[in-house]
Amino acid sequence: MKRLGYLLLALFALPSADAGEVQVAVAANFTGPMQVLATLFERDSGHQLKLSYGATGKFYAQIKNGAPFEVLLAADDQTPARLLAEGSGVAGSNFIYAIGKLVLWSSDPQRVDGSGEILKKDGFRHVAIANPKTAPYGRAAIETMSKMGVAERLAPRLVQGENIAQTHQFIATGAAELGFVAYSQVIKNGRIGAGSGWLIPPHFYSPIRQEALLLARGKNNAAASELLAYLKSAKAQAVIESFGYALP
Amino acid sequence: MDSADLNALWLTLKLASIVTALLLLIGTPIAWWLARTQSAWKGAVGAIVALPLVLPPTVLGFYLLLAMGPHGPLGRFTEWLGIGLLPFTFPGLVIASVFYSLPFVVQPIQNAFEAIGERPLEVAATLRASPWDTFWSVAVPLARPGFLSGAILGFAHTVGEFGIVLMIGGNIPDKTRVVSVLIYDHVEAMEYPQAHWLSGGMVIFSFVVLLALYTFNPARRREG
Repeated sequence: MKRLGYLLLALFALPSADAGEVQVAVAANFTGPMQVLATLFERDSGHQLKLSYGATGKFYAQIKNGAPFEVLLAADDQTPARLLAEGSGVAGSNFIYAIGKLVLWSSDPQRVDGSGEILKKDGFRHVAIANPKTAPYGRAAIETMSKMGVAERLAPRLVQGENIAQTHQFIATGAAELGFVAYSQVIKNGRIGAGSGWLIPPHFYSPIRQEALLLARGKNNAAASELLAYLKSAKAQAVIESFGYALP
Repeated sequence: MDSADLNALWLTLKLASIVTALLLLIGTPIAWWLARTQSAWKGAVGAIVALPLVLPPTVLGFYLLLAMGPHGPLGRFTEWLGIGLLPFTFPGLVIASVFYSLPFVVQPIQNAFEAIGERPLEVAATLRASPWDTFWSVAVPLARPGFLSGAILGFAHTVGEFGIVLMIGGNIPDKTRVVSVLIYDHVEAMEYPQAHWLSGGMVIFSFVVLLALYTFNPARRREG
């Protein structure tokens, strides 16, 4: 009973208190930048962020079934639009916080050339992609292969990660020789860090517009709104760009 | 249900059947040894067999992926054999599942062997039965309920596994996309009706399996 009392107290106290707490659902590809942004935001604002990383489609199911998330940083713009249409988001709160870039990447420093010619050749068994049905980076990978005219040839070699983090794992362990991941996962000091990769030009795939959304549960949480405002600040945008995202 | 769902069902049953057969083959000698040995290694081997019970599937899956990959010991071995690498193949799934479901088969059989006690084996020995003959004519028939439980649990557990097959399998249609992975796919893609069909089927299947297990309850059989 006592614990319940504290809980209620905390719930009522949250919106008005100076040091608030925000539950944030973050798309897996944004894990790296979000860790940096969270540290900066917590230091500047005094608020606490509770971060969950995962697949956007999974977050959708969880939010629809009562998950306590207050802010969603999605990997696409369709999921936020759908949540808005269904009344689970706060109207007008959605905006593009980052535009994702796709890379063809291998952990082998010799394998991937600067224009993706490797995809037209042989010498590899598996190409890892994120599940195109659920992950925008997987969809972009399929679009890229179609545009290059290699989609059919490569179809039998495709292996799918549940989300972009698992896809990266497949390639990093060498189990798949190469694959499509988010630039943010392999970037180091403004270029592809380990292995070899091809930063795919944007005209190969439709833009990966990643939208943020204030969820219905976070409507009265001032800290949640502050976080969204912070993501639009020049300071935050510099961090986002440094992780290889474009800005709208 | 469309053909993708049926293919996934078929693949799941095929995987679970092969894994169960292999586990009975591999698990029986391990269980026999664990039940009879006085060795100081008994504790260590028993603990290793039981590891998959407590490790998260993601840990096991990640290490298996590393081991089976081109830089891992298992991967080097399979490449040396000339059969290529195991991740993202059906044989790879079989091997991963054998590790994952091992305790579910070994432990019931081991318990059944231990329950036999020394006496029937000593009696067989005084009747000049060879150890091999004793094992097949005395130990195995007496331990039958343990084999039954082990086979059912191993089969059911393989059908239900998810984290490892996703990690080792790579979600390839008709090759490694089993029912549990397909359900997850449907849920993530917001295809809830399809997810309901398959999930409901899994619930009914699991119930029937457990019902069979408890109906043929070893304890009750031995009394009768």
